[in-house]
Amino acid sequence: MSIDTKSILVKPIFANNPIALQILGVCSALAVTTGLQVTVVMCIALTVVTAFSNLFISMVRKFIPNSIRIIAQMTIIASLVIAVDQTLQAFAYEISKQLSVFVGLIITNCIVMGRAEAFAMKNPPGLSFLDGIGNGLGYSVVLLSVATIRELFGSGSLFGVQVLPLVSNGGWYQPNGLMLLAPSAFFIIGFLIWGLRAVRVEQEEKDEFKIAPHTVQEAAH
Amino acid sequence: MSSNKDSVGGTLKVALLLCVVCSIFISSAAVILKPMQEANKTLDRNKNILAAAGMFDEQLNTNAEVEQLFAQFTPRIVDLETGDFATDEQLADLGIDAATYDQRTVFTDPQFSEALDASEDIAGLKRQVRFATVYLVEGPDGELQDIVLPVSGYGLWGTMYGYLALEGDGNTVKGIGFYDQKETPGLGGEVTNPRWKSQWPGKEVYNEDGDVALSVVKGEGQGVHQVDGLAGASLTSRGVDNLIEFWLGPLGFGPFLTNLTNG
Repeated sequence: MSIDTKSILVKPIFANNPIALQILGVCSALAVTTGLQVTVVMCIALTVVTAFSNLFISMVRKFIPNSIRIIAQMTIIASLVIAVDQTLQAFAYEISKQLSVFVGLIITNCIVMGRAEAFAMKNPPGLSFLDGIGNGLGYSVVLLSVATIRELFGSGSLFGVQVLPLVSNGGWYQPNGLMLLAPSAFFIIGFLIWGLRAVRVEQEEKDEFKIAPHTVQEAAH
Repeated sequence: MSSNKDSVGGTLKVALLLCVVCSIFISSAAVILKPMQEANKTLDRNKNILAAAGMFDEQLNTNAEVEQLFAQFTPRIVDLETGDFATDEQLADLGIDAATYDQRTVFTDPQFSEALDASEDIAGLKRQVRFATVYLVEGPDGELQDIVLPVSGYGLWGTMYGYLALEGDGNTVKGIGFYDQKETPGLGGEVTNPRWKSQWPGKEVYNEDGDVALSVVKGEGQGVHQVDGLAGASLTSRGVDNLIEFWLGPLGFGPFLTNLTNG
């Protein structure tokens, strides 16, 4: 594997993470991260869709007319998402019931669309496929971290196995109800981004404006 | 081809081709996977019926046992208007098979259901089916042990679907379970909480006058007819209260249960 292909696969995981750096696809990161089991399935579903939509779009990129570019990409993405949804309903019914609309909403996930438009339209199929996998992994890293924290502190379990015995079942752990609600994912993703940017300072964005210092008159008031 | 791909003709051609390929792909996926999806749905429904009757616990039982446990249940179709079991001729006329009839799929079909008057429609269903499936379990001596009734009604965000299990007397509650609901997680979504459901067994549906007395109340439920509402979910609790009143009343299974207990 040459350095170029390797960087396409690995870069989106930390250096150019779709959620942490580009702040894309946050909606599903909030919705499906209350438990690890569901999250893992969602990550696999998104990675598969991103990889294959990149592959197929890249394969036909030279034939797609410019005027219907986006809708053609959407058609391919939507077909893949429906296929994934149908497969889940057939092989993982319980989990597909919990994921409900969120599998369908992968269609509108900015990561899939963004990679199709930004990468697959310009690069050959093999590289596009790897780029899709890489971005899927980047999404998965963030989602799995969020889900681990939320499930552990929200329900005292990991993958549905009780780790911290709950007060309601005679244990000592009082679960944090906030962790099961969507806002907690915002906080956790915020902290993750903070942590990532503290380590990788180059990811920090420049201030878009500076607050001017007080003038002498204002300070006197 | 790439030179004229942006012309009107080229655009139409690509669009058409893409649509045909994608639709063939999706329809074959749907057709191939359909039997498995149907099997999953049936398994899920049977599991819910068992769970409502207190015969299935997700923690203790496995999916493999569902079929065997469910074999004890006999599905019967009830004519809700008369409260009698539908006769074989009726079923043949309507083309209903007791094992596969699904009142949710025929819900909007005027042949099987009627629009409800706003004044009668306490559960917010808009329509009521003419025939409903009930699941019966008979004891070793042929006496009726369990009656599992499908119930549904509007909560806060959508229609809640579930099963209510009664003992053979058609009055004592054995359990309740909702398998499809869209209530707020952590608040109304607690209708599926085992601790909340555990108050239902032993409650009684009808009072001495034969009216539906079972209700979901705010605060502590008193006596054999009252169940605690869900904290922070008044509208969901009211939804459950309404669907109980509706389904066990004259437009629901009221006539059927009366016939059943009178012999």
